[in-house]
Amino acid sequence: MKPARFEYAAPESLDEALGLLDEGSKALAGGQSLVPLLNFRLARPERLVDLNRIPGCDHVREEGGSLRIGMLARQVQLTELEAWPLLRDAVDHVGHPQTRNRGTVCGSAAHADPAAELPAALLALAARFHVRSASGTRVVAAEDFFVGYLTTVLEPDELLVEIEVPPHPPQWRFVEYARTHGDWAMVGAAVAGDRTALFATGDRPRLTRDLAVVDDPWKRAFLEEALA
Amino acid sequence: MRVSVEINGRPYERDVEPRTLLSDFVRHDCGLTGTHVGCEHGVCGACTVQLDGVPVRSCLLLAVQADGRSVRTVEGLEWGPLQEAFHAHHGLQCGFCTPGILITVDALRGQALDDAQIRDALAGNLCRCTGYVQIVEAVKEALNA
Repeated sequence: MKPARFEYAAPESLDEALGLLDEGSKALAGGQSLVPLLNFRLARPERLVDLNRIPGCDHVREEGGSLRIGMLARQVQLTELEAWPLLRDAVDHVGHPQTRNRGTVCGSAAHADPAAELPAALLALAARFHVRSASGTRVVAAEDFFVGYLTTVLEPDELLVEIEVPPHPPQWRFVEYARTHGDWAMVGAAVAGDRTALFATGDRPRLTRDLAVVDDPWKRAFLEEALA
Repeated sequence: MRVSVEINGRPYERDVEPRTLLSDFVRHDCGLTGTHVGCEHGVCGACTVQLDGVPVRSCLLLAVQADGRSVRTVEGLEWGPLQEAFHAHHGLQCGFCTPGILITVDALRGQALDDAQIRDALAGNLCRCTGYVQIVEAVKEALNA
């Protein structure tokens, strides 16, 4: 199908973008989750605020031992990330080369699909989410960022502008079961040191090592075997 | 909105609604029907085009987002070893998926890929006819040509 009508704005600065965000608007970054929703008319925003013309926010760089991921950094930029191998392994399961060229890391986090890989990996790595609105800035811990199905703590006038990932622990694992590679996960887990985040087991990624919380016996059995 | 997009080296300036998808812009507004539209939600890969040289789904981009940028469609590919290899290896049957695959593989030129990497690179392009074996053979030959 085709999207319903909307107004379109392509601001050229972050401040301008923040001034345009409100109840009726949606921010457009990579569009690899939002545009399918528009095409299906599951999302019908009054206005799209296209962030892609805002310069200087597509970075993935190390800063004082932490990784900084800007709001327009594409998923493909994680594929060669030697120092954060959990993110590298997770992104390999996200969609396909063509969608990773366009889809953003911050967009994946803000979309908060419970079956998505990057939110779980970011939760396992204790990432910090830098959020801005016209009235200020706040930093949200990963444990508090995801609140439910396709839902985060972001208010309609707020934008996830950067993700900060602390230094990577020496032990990590990423496991997933999907029907075909690149399809949504049926179940999976991201492990960083002593933190395990399960995904596709509920309405959000869950930080727990207790597999008893997984209701579906088949998913529980897969995780028990994969994480043993 | 007025948009100006360079497609296959030629400028196209058109008035479009903001909701016009790049795939529809290319096909309906510019008459370049080599780009196919399958699922229209980013899964099948038939609509793949290159945006500034990078393969992307044209059904997941708005035409207004391509304003001032350069797009390459299957019509913009020169006939060469890639197409010859698809011919020689029967890398297509109905041909619906072929434009998206050619555009995807064109961006891989100059890379040495093994079978697994080729299959990974093609994972975002669905083909309902061939079973993929001939496509992988064709791509292997084209990349090694």
